[in-house]
Amino acid sequence: MSIPNDIKITPELVAEHGLKPDEYERILELIGREPTITELGIFSAMWNEHCSYKSSRVWLKTLPTEGPQVIQGPGENAGIVDIGDGQCAVFKMESHNHPSFIEPHQGAGTGVGGILRDVFTMGARPIAALNALRFGDPDHPKTRHLVSGVVAGIGGYGNSFGVPTVGGEVNFHPRYNGNILVNAMAVGIAETDKVFYAAASGVGNPIVYLGSKTGRDGIHGASMASQEFGEDSEEKRPTVQVGDPFAEKLLLEACLELMESDAVIAIQDMGAAGLTCSAVEMGAKGDLGVELDLDMVPCREAAMTAYEMMLSESQERMLMVLRPGYEDHARAIFEKWDLDFAIVGRTTDDLRFRVKHGGDVMADLPIKELGDEAPCYDRPWTETPLPAELGASDVPAPNSLAEALVKMMASPHLCSRRWIWEQYDHLILGNTMQRPGGDAAVVRVDDGPKALAMSVDVTPRYCEAHPETGGKQAVAEVWRNITAVGARPLAITDCLNFGNPERPEIMGQLVGAIKGMGEACRALDFPVVSGNVSLYNETSGKAILPTPAIGGVGLLDDIDRMATIAFKGEDEAILLVGETRGHLGRSIFLQVMHDREDGAPPTVDLAAERRNGQFVRALIRDRSATAVHDLSDGGLAVAVAEMALAGGIGATLDEAPDGVSSHAFFFGEDQARYVVTCSRGSTARILETAGKAGVPMSAIGWTGGDALNLAGEDPIYLDELRRRHEAWLPDYMAGWIED
Amino acid sequence: MKSAIILFPGINRERDMARALRLAGSEEPVIVWHKETSLPQVDLIVLPGGFSYGDYLRCGAIAARSPIMREVVAKAEAGTPVLGVCNGFQILIEAGLLPGALMRNRELKFICRDVHLKVESNDTRFTRQYATGDVIRVPVAHGEGNYFADDETRRRLDGDGRIVFRYCEADGSFSTEANRNGSVDNVAGILNERGNVLGMMPHPEDHVEPHQGSTDGVGIFRSIVSAAA
Repeated sequence: MSIPNDIKITPELVAEHGLKPDEYERILELIGREPTITELGIFSAMWNEHCSYKSSRVWLKTLPTEGPQVIQGPGENAGIVDIGDGQCAVFKMESHNHPSFIEPHQGAGTGVGGILRDVFTMGARPIAALNALRFGDPDHPKTRHLVSGVVAGIGGYGNSFGVPTVGGEVNFHPRYNGNILVNAMAVGIAETDKVFYAAASGVGNPIVYLGSKTGRDGIHGASMASQEFGEDSEEKRPTVQVGDPFAEKLLLEACLELMESDAVIAIQDMGAAGLTCSAVEMGAKGDLGVELDLDMVPCREAAMTAYEMMLSESQERMLMVLRPGYEDHARAIFEKWDLDFAIVGRTTDDLRFRVKHGGDVMADLPIKELGDEAPCYDRPWTETPLPAELGASDVPAPNSLAEALVKMMASPHLCSRRWIWEQYDHLILGNTMQRPGGDAAVVRVDDGPKALAMSVDVTPRYCEAHPETGGKQAVAEVWRNITAVGARPLAITDCLNFGNPERPEIMGQLVGAIKGMGEACRALDFPVVSGNVSLYNETSGKAILPTPAIGGVGLLDDIDRMATIAFKGEDEAILLVGETRGHLGRSIFLQVMHDREDGAPPTVDLAAERRNGQFVRALIRDRSATAVHDLSDGGLAVAVAEMALAGGIGATLDEAPDGVSSHAFFFGEDQARYVVTCSRGSTARILETAGKAGVPMSAIGWTGGDALNLAGEDPIYLDELRRRHEAWLPDYMAGWIED
Repeated sequence: MKSAIILFPGINRERDMARALRLAGSEEPVIVWHKETSLPQVDLIVLPGGFSYGDYLRCGAIAARSPIMREVVAKAEAGTPVLGVCNGFQILIEAGLLPGALMRNRELKFICRDVHLKVESNDTRFTRQYATGDVIRVPVAHGEGNYFADDETRRRLDGDGRIVFRYCEADGSFSTEANRNGSVDNVAGILNERGNVLGMMPHPEDHVEPHQGSTDGVGIFRSIVSAAA
């Protein structure tokens, strides 16, 4: 297959490249002539939604991105925050939704590979990976296959690469039947004075190509990710890339080894839109032109055209601008690791992006305009109205609170995710201080005592009800989870997954979520330092639940002052922090027990979040708290049940206080709450301190025994609860639960 | 004690291993690249875990043919202690230093979790800090750790006391459930005839500090260090 470079550009060809007629007009205006096919491909790669953020840019700008801890905010390969001692945490989350639906194993695996590359491109060694996964209804015929493939793909890549996959979350909902979400996050550690950026500098410097060879895989992947699915989505399989974690591991080691010298001026990984995007970004950011000679590009297949090479999304590749004179040094390192190394171009002073192949110029475009002049839309949007509140009296109480609790704990929504995370190596590097299953994963930095706490959260059913509240809640929950292990929240990365932004109601969801996120980020001093947007998550006109996934990183100064959710001993006091009104709207209780998803989401009081969280963190720091758990899905009873299971110690809870009905008290999802345990002797003192700090706190029961006793109910034996809690996912995956 | 850690491309648990050796009192291990053809004089050679050559072809098969392996085999035959963990165990088998084969896990999935091991013999240079019959808790993290050997080999391994570790329950009893990868006779770790080469699937190097959840793995490294003293 050979595509001549001078074929006539027809409206059909423009449409096939995902460009709108007015966008094509803009191209003609910019370059003053008809583009070549290679140039059209380059524009389509740079101007698609995935790379240009054309629908979201105006709103993303409203998010807070600064703070004393921030070293690098959005716009680079990953965000960077200071963690003291001359070290920094480098992290980002990214979506790989469309490819994962089409080919779950490779789609999810290359999603992990891409985000790891973003982190080590900056000079950081990855120390943790997390993921946020959304699948369709368990009854949908494709769901089991997708879960199996995605989990194997994530594990297959991360395990081989050698990064512990330490946390994440999983939801099932019919609205993801045609569009699953695979959001992968990676966190690395670098020396603050040894961070590498994408901006090229110096004229005439060599541009080198590193890593694996270029093949025909993934051509137009980023464009695919910027379109809705129709009935033909399965036919897009050839646009999915194939991952090679072994090559990535070699690339990591070779890059970090080279970065120990002064050889690297700029570095950019080849992710979405491959060679095009990486070369343009390095030049545009450095106010330089770039000239590439494609004859020098290492290719996996014969007779690849310029068009194909520029749009290939073959994995495990990097582009670097080297300091002149370091070519041999760099080549020796890459050859030691059996990786390709080729000088494929140089920087120029003419601000042009020039691509040569076989002696001919295949593309010659203004480099700044490719990025900066990308279309930017302020799309029309309609606000999602806040639904009416649902009172506890609008939700029938169950016959038995205990039976309801067991049913919820055994449901797809709250059951143990062990089947998933046991397929991820979550212990490699030997620094995993909190394994999956707690509030936040905790990974020690080097030999300690410092550690990072990390969590990924969003509650899509809240976002569906009211995007602004949902966006706020997602940020607050991440902040709470990091707080609950005793860490100080530093910053977030986000992955904004939505439907088609050309529909005002969907655009309204995006706008609402960003507004809510921004408000929470400001109130909690929790800025956004990196992220990505994934739109067009629709199939045949049906959009996913709005899902602004938030990944947060916090700093724990000393791992000896860390809390876990597990009950630690018998006869300790169980204390509830935060105000409980018994909010059942959009709750898991409503969903599991009544098959309903209505009402307003719980209100997020950011001042209360901050106050209650600071109080809990202080309790952990002075070692007053023996166990801590944040309250979220399923409310108080579920949190206590999880603490009991984690510690193998039962609990007895008092009756609901006056004024709150029992089912609302035990299953309501009011925000800004934690469960804390402490020794009997320190209870009075802690309650008094809480009172002085204006933090609502009450003693609600005691730990002990081998069962969970809710006031007036039959005991729930932990062995039985554990069996039910652990059973659903493995049984479902084994096909023992019928579709 | 001096030790060398062999680094094949794709190996990824060398840092965990180096830390465990350090904590047990070894000097900083020497890292030896697989393209080398000679080894320094050391008291221990370690083949750590990972995915050498991406597990392509067959786990450990390509690494077993690396230039350095001729030297590892020569040293092993001359009596230098060799420890292979996880992918290292697979490489030792592929190199012919240990008998049997490691197949895909029974449930065909990668498993990362803590397991219990029964120390079947403390009469080895790798386990002298334990008592025979001790039960230790250490993690596994592998997709292909399902040990198999023919009847004759198993009889010999068992008869010679060369099955050093077996997967067991917390109370030391044997069960199918405790033997998650499906290994024959619950085999988790074996010695060569001479007793100087140990291969095991679990990762004792990841349970050497309290914060990791257990320090049960430290005995192996202390045993090696004390044997070298």
